Amino acid sequence: MGGIPHDHYEPKTKGQKWLHGRLPIVGLMYATLTAPTPKNLNWMWIWGIVLTFCLALQIVTGIVLAMHYTPHVDNAFASVEHIMRDVNGGYMLRYMHANGASLFFIAVYAHIFRGLYYGSYKAPREVTWIIGILIYLLMMATAFMGYVLPWGQMSFWGATVITGLFGAIPFIGESIQTLLLGGPAVDNATLNRFFSLHYLLPFVIAGLVILHIWAFHTTGNNNPTGVEVRRGSKEEAEKDTLPFWPYFVIKDLFALAVILVVFFAVVGFMPNYLGHPDNYIEANALSTPAHIVPEWYFLPFYAILRAFTSEVWVVQIASFVTGGIVDAKFFGVLAMFGAIAVLAIVPWLDTSSIRSGRFRPMFKWWFALLVIDFFALMWLGAMPAEEPYASFSLIASAYWFAYFLVILPLLGVIEKPDAQPATIEEDFATHYGGDAAKPAE
Amino acid sequence: MFKKLAISTVAAVTLATAAFAAGGEGHIEDFDFSFEGPFGAFDQNQLQRGLQVYTEICSACHGLKFVPIRTLADEGGPHMPENQVRAYAAQFDIYDAALDEDVPRKPSDFFPESSLENAPDLSLMAKARAGFHGPYGLGINQFVKGIGGTEYIASILTGYTGEEKEQAGVTFYENTAYPGGWIAMAPPLYGEDVEFADGHDNDLHHIAADVSAFLMWTAEPKMMARKQAGIVGVLLLTLLSVLLYMTNKKLWAPYKKKH
Repeated sequence: MGGIPHDHYEPKTKGQKWLHGRLPIVGLMYATLTAPTPKNLNWMWIWGIVLTFCLALQIVTGIVLAMHYTPHVDNAFASVEHIMRDVNGGYMLRYMHANGASLFFIAVYAHIFRGLYYGSYKAPREVTWIIGILIYLLMMATAFMGYVLPWGQMSFWGATVITGLFGAIPFIGESIQTLLLGGPAVDNATLNRFFSLHYLLPFVIAGLVILHIWAFHTTGNNNPTGVEVRRGSKEEAEKDTLPFWPYFVIKDLFALAVILVVFFAVVGFMPNYLGHPDNYIEANALSTPAHIVPEWYFLPFYAILRAFTSEVWVVQIASFVTGGIVDAKFFGVLAMFGAIAVLAIVPWLDTSSIRSGRFRPMFKWWFALLVIDFFALMWLGAMPAEEPYASFSLIASAYWFAYFLVILPLLGVIEKPDAQPATIEEDFATHYGGDAAKPAE
Repeated sequence: MFKKLAISTVAAVTLATAAFAAGGEGHIEDFDFSFEGPFGAFDQNQLQRGLQVYTEICSACHGLKFVPIRTLADEGGPHMPENQVRAYAAQFDIYDAALDEDVPRKPSDFFPESSLENAPDLSLMAKARAGFHGPYGLGINQFVKGIGGTEYIASILTGYTGEEKEQAGVTFYENTAYPGGWIAMAPPLYGEDVEFADGHDNDLHHIAADVSAFLMWTAEPKMMARKQAGIVGVLLLTLLSVLLYMTNKKLWAPYKKKH
């Protein structure tokens, strides 16, 4: 893996050799489990396992929920109530599925920001990063469509607002919107295609997750120092790494168990805390809720969408230059997708040769500000579209773009990095002590 | 640095999520209900009293179309005897297409729907409203007080001031709990509207609390089973966490010799 020298699977018995010559699947599992992993990985490297667990949880609970759910506008809401009241354990299935989505996004945001801080996106891990962003995009699409299925008020009106965004695209927008909805407005056709896609996309995500893992097993894991594992010889590599099993599997499972304690407390004692009360009112096309608010995990990007109103000079210039083709609504849509696009191209925006934020004294502060900015946007996305929130949203949105498009490129040039440890072994010894030179016995 | 960030993540997610429930705020009184908190349970007698209030007063206009009548017999709910449930169901008629006539309902049928077009169905009302959003619309108080749907209902029922106004031919009643302050529903309860067989207090505050508790049950009939599952889950996973912590510590001990 990653050119790191390590033992390979050797089939011994006749049967093993027979299978290995035809399908080296045991070798693949062996390589995956024994993958040499930097031994200084900290607690921010546990989110991958949490995310894998979330995907499995959502697929398993989702498949059972689908057995009892009816994707029809007349019956969807009632079928969810049927699940809550009459299906054995149905209330747990549904609450685990709904809160599982929130856990999924907490984990993915932690995972993404870990990557941003430790420079996990930098060469040679760009492909891992881009696949990750694709997974994140599909997660958002899946979560959005899943939220429509209970056919509550927020389901209906959220779907109306979000699909309306596509309608803002000049010339082809209306056709795209009609295609998404299966008609002129959110209706039974919309519910049916959303149900179908909500069932399909998680398996596409699972496929991309395999590619994601394959990609970083090809390059090797990043680690908190950003210093690469030594690859000169097997002995040298073993000073920097430990096998994935059992060292990191047990560590990750411990972290997962702690997170699941909190998860079960939420599911058991306050399962509706992260939901919106309005979604317990059946969808009604004639009654618009006072505030249409997306789920919490969309709020930062929702805030960016709403920040660019027609009063903002950038929007006015864009509108003038394009002869009105780019109006405020379309500009907002572009900004929202742009906010994710800058994440995807960050490997080429960050000019610093230092990978880990740990050794970048100026970067640290800008990064901390980005994290604060993200939460500020999340809060602003939930606030009504009025002053002072509108101005705050604009400032926070501007910082999001400035971080990726201006600050990261500049920092690489002007920043004087701190000294990095020469090896992972050295870093591990500093943090955890031990005579790192001595082998494992 | 990441430790601090991780802590603030949890805090901020909490802040952001609860922020959405803004809007013209009415005053919501924090009633004490027996089912609050991880160990709270429905009070079977209170649910039965609430059912009586619902049946004698609310059901004149409102419905409970998602609630099967048979669930009145469920443990963890009103837990009424089967024969009482059967008798209860029979007071409501339902149209039978095969016979082309109205027949008495059976326990397997649902409660009737709202009979008044603008009276919302009450099946899920206790979950469809949030009583608490504070402070500053952040919803952190929901951690302590709960989301407050039941308190919202009870506060509406007790929040009438007696003032009325007419607007476009509709009478509105002033209500301290209702967002905006004026509600179209006439005061449904005044106190002593029902007589309880067990002689329980029937002043306004009590019957409002009783019917609100009943509506929490209609909205979340499996609450007891859910909390039970939550407690088992938390305990087992805590145990698993401890075991994995010790395994992990032992596993890594040969490599970590700092102390």
